Amino acid sequence: MTDDFDSSRGLHSDVFALSEIYALHVNGGTHEVRDAWIGESLLFVLRERLGLMGSKGACEQGECGSCSVMVGGELVCSCLVLAASAVEQSIVTIEGIAPVGSPSDVQQAFVDAGAVQCGFCTPGLIMATHALLERSPEPTEFEIREELSGNVCRCTGYGRIIDAVQRVAVRRRAVQP
Amino acid sequence: MNALVPTQLDEALRVIGTHPDALVVAGGTDAMVEINAGHRRPRMVIAVNRVAELRSWTYDPAGATVRIGAAVTYSELMESPLAELIPALAEASRTVGSPQIRNAGTLGGNLGTCSPAGDGLPVLAALGAVVHLASATRERSLPVSDFMVGVKRTALEADELITAITIPVLAGWQGYSKVGVRNAMVIALASACLATDVTTSSVRLAVGSVGPTIIRCADAEAFAGESVSFARRSATPATVARFGELAAAASHPIDDHRATAAYRRHAVGVLASRLLRRAFPND
Repeated sequence: MTDDFDSSRGLHSDVFALSEIYALHVNGGTHEVRDAWIGESLLFVLRERLGLMGSKGACEQGECGSCSVMVGGELVCSCLVLAASAVEQSIVTIEGIAPVGSPSDVQQAFVDAGAVQCGFCTPGLIMATHALLERSPEPTEFEIREELSGNVCRCTGYGRIIDAVQRVAVRRRAVQP
Repeated sequence: MNALVPTQLDEALRVIGTHPDALVVAGGTDAMVEINAGHRRPRMVIAVNRVAELRSWTYDPAGATVRIGAAVTYSELMESPLAELIPALAEASRTVGSPQIRNAGTLGGNLGTCSPAGDGLPVLAALGAVVHLASATRERSLPVSDFMVGVKRTALEADELITAITIPVLAGWQGYSKVGVRNAMVIALASACLATDVTTSSVRLAVGSVGPTIIRCADAEAFAGESVSFARRSATPATVARFGELAAAASHPIDDHRATAAYRRHAVGVLASRLLRRAFPND
């Protein structure tokens, strides 16, 4: 949090009082959000105020999963998170998964399996796959389908996506005896 | 100042009392849909999902109850040991939206929204849950059937917050089923929770999406209580069929853009029959 930002102005310290300025912790850095309307979603703030265009906006009602990010260690739809309520939480977006030019094992597996067509759903699916494998390192196909049920792809038909997830699980098992 | 994120319950109640017009959100999975669509333009928001007291649950073995904080998420309701204590609530939670929705959406939010299709609500109604409300100056507790007043209408006052839900832990099979256009990410067209209580040899049935609020099916419950065998875990095919008819008769659904009333009435009868068969697998 920056030095000139005081989240508790004028109120008891147990309440974060947010006005036209608040701070979000995104991908390890702190970003001030200024002059924001209070109803803005985290997705809107990430894209339009912080310039992080990796999270995609489509349905704006939690149906498609293309805006998936991690907030406080949980996979959520950023379109359904009130941005101002995500203060003091660690937020990780697709931009925070791996440095440019050095894809994560999940990203590489999606490339290898041909699990990308138009690519619009891919950031959300990468986020959801990382979350899935974190919780369940060797998921069954049924488990993969259930856990990725909140991420809609309109191109590939999911077969190669499931293949990509399974490739990651196999590779991780190979490097961790 | 137009957004508050309290972390202590007394602070949450104080600011809600000071700002009774503020929009109170927990997971945001219902409220943000309305805001994103422009149906709601809040000038002030109080986010309560960081309040520690609302995020925990406790089990009272002596009283055979579980008290669940209002901001406990569906994902948490699906985890052991809560899932073993209230299996029907875990089953219902698993049918809510997607993992992303279940990681954010809360049981208190399900009550606060009070949609006829709320997946947790038939479970709370069947089990006879009690809803705990608090303001800065008072506390009260209501049976869930009294808390739910109408379609998206509840007994909650403007200065009150849903703080917790107490749910009886029953001995006996319980489960939840719903019908929608597909298996994942679907709003119930009809839903049902059946819970058995072996200590009283009774059957409870609550149905959703087939009326303005959740309906307890007293006739079906009384009929099942007299007709099934708890000792042999059996019900005759005629009993199973009649149970479904009584459940359908207790419903009063409407036609809307999702389904017709006739379809919903039929579907809820099928769900009730299937649940009774799962509870009493022998003929």
